[in-house]
Amino acid sequence: MKQKYERPTIRKMNTGLMNKFGTRTDFDPVEAIDGVPVKSLVEQYGSPVFVLSEKQIRRNYQAAVRSFKTRYPKVQFAWSYKTNYLNAVCRIFHQEGSWAEVVSGFEYHKALGNGVSGNQIIFNGPDKKEADLILAIENHSLIHIDHYDELYLLIDVCKRINKKAKVAIRVNFDTGVYPIWDRFGFNYENGQAWAAINKIVAAEHLELVGLHCHIGTFMLSTTAYSVAATKLCDLAMRCKTELQNPVQYLDLGGGFPSINTLKGAYLPGVDTVPSVEDFAEAITGTILNFGFAADELPLLILESGRVLIDDAGYLIGSVLANKRLSDGRRATILDFGINILFTSNWYDHKISVAKEAGQYTEETVLFGPLCMNIDVVRESITLPLLERGDQVVVHKVGAYNMTQWMQFINMRPAVVLIDMQGKSHQIRKPETLAYLEMMEEVPEYLIKKSSF
Amino acid sequence: MKLKANIATSENGFIFNPATGDSFTSNAIAAEILGYMKSGESEMEIKKKILEHYDVELNQLERDWDDYMLQLKEANLLDL
Repeated sequence: MKQKYERPTIRKMNTGLMNKFGTRTDFDPVEAIDGVPVKSLVEQYGSPVFVLSEKQIRRNYQAAVRSFKTRYPKVQFAWSYKTNYLNAVCRIFHQEGSWAEVVSGFEYHKALGNGVSGNQIIFNGPDKKEADLILAIENHSLIHIDHYDELYLLIDVCKRINKKAKVAIRVNFDTGVYPIWDRFGFNYENGQAWAAINKIVAAEHLELVGLHCHIGTFMLSTTAYSVAATKLCDLAMRCKTELQNPVQYLDLGGGFPSINTLKGAYLPGVDTVPSVEDFAEAITGTILNFGFAADELPLLILESGRVLIDDAGYLIGSVLANKRLSDGRRATILDFGINILFTSNWYDHKISVAKEAGQYTEETVLFGPLCMNIDVVRESITLPLLERGDQVVVHKVGAYNMTQWMQFINMRPAVVLIDMQGKSHQIRKPETLAYLEMMEEVPEYLIKKSSF
Repeated sequence: MKLKANIATSENGFIFNPATGDSFTSNAIAAEILGYMKSGESEMEIKKKILEHYDVELNQLERDWDDYMLQLKEANLLDL
């Protein structure tokens, strides 16, 4: 019997100090996801393919809720639609008890379509169309006002349709993390937020029911949330004492990081990122100690997205080719790139091989299939020797990739959900040329056969 | 393709270039090929042996051979 082949390769040995933070290189193959073999997923749904684990989604959600509810009596999560608005995904969160947090008209309609009652939809974002606002007012949704133009539009619309809107304002402030996200909402420090609150309370058709903030994304500081909670609590207390308009809820937004490793980070995310428990402690501790009477504690709303789904998502892809670059570096071309793995712009995604490989490894650049120089999945990664047709599994891709993906050069692939029983379901079909051209129209004069 | 005469290799894949001080590790098949090259076997003879002993098609071997020679050249180990 012939021996197993592996392509010949050499590796230069470098001298110097070893990295004292060096971690074990993880070459263990990922041959199955939630018990379903990677090979069979590719055979059934093609390559590349996104795979979501329902088990992990529910586990994440339940753990996050537990972190907050064991510390604070009134907690509500609202699923951030923009993070992943595939209906199957949203419905898992709604089944678990999550409200919906949307930032556009079409997301609002998606939430309604997913069976969320209007009063459990939080409508955020700077771009709410008049028709969307009317629908939200009529459905008693919670409208979070982003700017004065929206505030005046809302007052005007409410007057016109003679209905009252339940509103909150989005507040931005200095939490010690820079740059400050001050392009959204009203500023706390310069008094703009308080002025907007006064205007709302004075407006006949608006009911101020909450206060909202969203201090950033992939926040690595729990202190920033303590500062944000303190400032929101201060506004809430003033609403009660100075305006006799106690608010029902404080919405601390989202921004909790997943355990992905940011590019340029010295240590892997799993070792450096605070846990949901840490954030829960910072936020609930601040609110509980602020001085609200026990029966007047506001409802605490969280709009977490990334932390609840990132590690439940995988991307399976295949090797298209190997080549060597002009400087001698190894390069591997994969059948997915930044077109569908948008997050590779800021994460060094963990990537595993999908079958047992030899112990010998090499450093390689992972390129995507696009005809663009920027299509780089990993600038440098140590992997076992890959061959054309081999599968790889990218980890922690559940957040944002299935909403920010591009149909550029290649079409978007299938998305598969593995249910609690380990059965796979296609929850989004791979795109086709017919789908792509569905929205196109060709003017009549270009349809006629040309004479040249 | 010939290895430089002064290149030292070991059976377990260690390579040392005394002229530059560079050292390299290699996987088993790379070490085996280096051994054949050192003993003066031709490209054709080496490929024939690999095809006989390993589970690989000629096309694949040809591709990997070119890449391997490029690596040896980049590493300054070949007598050009």
